[in-house]
Amino acid sequence: MADPKALYQEVILDHNRKPRNYGTLPSANHHAEGHNPLCGDRIDVALALDDDKIGAIAFEGESCAICKASASMMTVAVKGRSRAEAETLIREFREMAIGKIGADGLAHLGRLSVFAGVRDLPTRVKCAILPWHTLHAAFNAVTSTSTEAEDDPMHAPIGDA
Amino acid sequence: MTALETAVRAQSAPAYDVERIRADFPILGLEVNGHPLVYLDNAASSQMPRQVIDRLVRYATTQHANVNRGVHYLSETATHEYEQARHKIQRFINAREDREVIFTSGTTDAINLVTHGYGRKFIGAGDEIILTTLEHHSNIVPWQMLAEEKRARIRVVPVDDAGELDLDAYEKLFNAHTRFVGVMHVSNALGTINPVKRMIALAHAHGVPVLVDGAQAVPHLPVNVQDLDSDFYAFSGHKMCGPTGIGILHGKASLLEKMNPYKGGGDMILSVTFEKTTYNSLPHVFEAGTPPIAGAVGIGAAVDYLSAIGMAAIAAHEHELLEYATAQMSRMKGVRIIGTAARKASVISFTIDGVHPHDVGTLLNEEGIAVRTGHHCAQPVMQRFHVPATSRASFALYNTMAEVDALIAGIRNVQKVFA
Repeated sequence: MADPKALYQEVILDHNRKPRNYGTLPSANHHAEGHNPLCGDRIDVALALDDDKIGAIAFEGESCAICKASASMMTVAVKGRSRAEAETLIREFREMAIGKIGADGLAHLGRLSVFAGVRDLPTRVKCAILPWHTLHAAFNAVTSTSTEAEDDPMHAPIGDA
Repeated sequence: MTALETAVRAQSAPAYDVERIRADFPILGLEVNGHPLVYLDNAASSQMPRQVIDRLVRYATTQHANVNRGVHYLSETATHEYEQARHKIQRFINAREDREVIFTSGTTDAINLVTHGYGRKFIGAGDEIILTTLEHHSNIVPWQMLAEEKRARIRVVPVDDAGELDLDAYEKLFNAHTRFVGVMHVSNALGTINPVKRMIALAHAHGVPVLVDGAQAVPHLPVNVQDLDSDFYAFSGHKMCGPTGIGILHGKASLLEKMNPYKGGGDMILSVTFEKTTYNSLPHVFEAGTPPIAGAVGIGAAVDYLSAIGMAAIAAHEHELLEYATAQMSRMKGVRIIGTAARKASVISFTIDGVHPHDVGTLLNEEGIAVRTGHHCAQPVMQRFHVPATSRASFALYNTMAEVDALIAGIRNVQKVFA
């Protein structure tokens, strides 16, 4: 088993302490709420989609450090990108978290690869993925999603593939 | 204390040899993430001593067959061992008779047996069931299902800031519609030891029967169901050094005999035709199908093991651990203990400012320390104390002061990482 300490790297702790794009977004036209009933993580993602481009994005909620840092770094990563690009990132992030991609894929994910360590902590994978699934739900105008829902987004195919 | 007094005390109460007890538990020798395992998740499930493990192996290798059927040697042996286990439970909790001890798959199953067998027969529209804010979901949801089916109403005893039940409010909940009380003996989320004997006497004064969820009490306190005068008392094997898949429902025979059967099937009948089935007597009428025989033998061995050490001695040892840990944690800045009742069993629920319990759990695990994080299947308790979740350390007979120190150091490390 890899050193789980690797998960709590400074960049994650920093985004937990000072989350970026935290708060509400009055100009939002897409919105979704994600919930993990197992640990009580709740995250709200709002975005202003402008001609398929993410003009603005914000999140808020109550969650563990892994979930909050993941949400914060996600907003930084997808802001200004197209919906298709964001969906690709969502798919890649998910594959990284469940240990499906190797070093090449990690390089593509850039700073987000700090979350690769969750693959060794099965109970924490959902914490890291929740914001990304919530973003996916927001694109599809699904108003709320849950990691334990019948249409569990964790198990649903993600992205535009 | 003089040397003589010390000597006299030592003689009257032999020292509790925790290292000797630890040597009985093979799993405690594990290393986790390069550290010796510090197992503080006993309220979720305790570990099994070699005496129980060996007993399970002996049963499987020399005594196993189905019970209550067949005239051959092994069937008779298995039946004998199964009934011996029942007898051990009867003595352990001081039940009046063996037939008042029903084997179930666990506490949840035992409570469902009561909601189905008693509740569906004797609780109807407009009737009221009293539960408490502290209850585990297993003593809430079965009653809600019953209430929905029967259009009955659930009333809830509030809890104060220390985690103690409001007994005045409890008393005021009784009225002409009250039909049942369900209360846990020891809170799994906070550790509060509820005054169940008094609560039972109060309910009986109103002619209302009481079910006590004893899952967290039987492993940690001497329990005497006749002294408590409980009508039903439920607990699980795997929280008291026994295996999973086995639990106990103790019920007064006079009540059990009036109840509907729970599950239908083999063993719970005397005769079956397609026109009419006659049911078996206690306890078999509530043990349909092939029961968890190995589990029963295992819980019997666990009772032997705990009895040899003595529940009073175990309670005293765990109380020392609780006091020590509470004193240490109370002094830590940014650490809040949730549940400060005057009478507590060995459970400490806590939060660390600015750190989510799941991060606490992951970082402690890194040092080999196992605690539970989450809502502890007691979401109403979390709502009452305005926290989404807590971290929980729960001690058992084999834990040590050094393990409390490891926990405290682990919490300091969490605070350092998140500083």
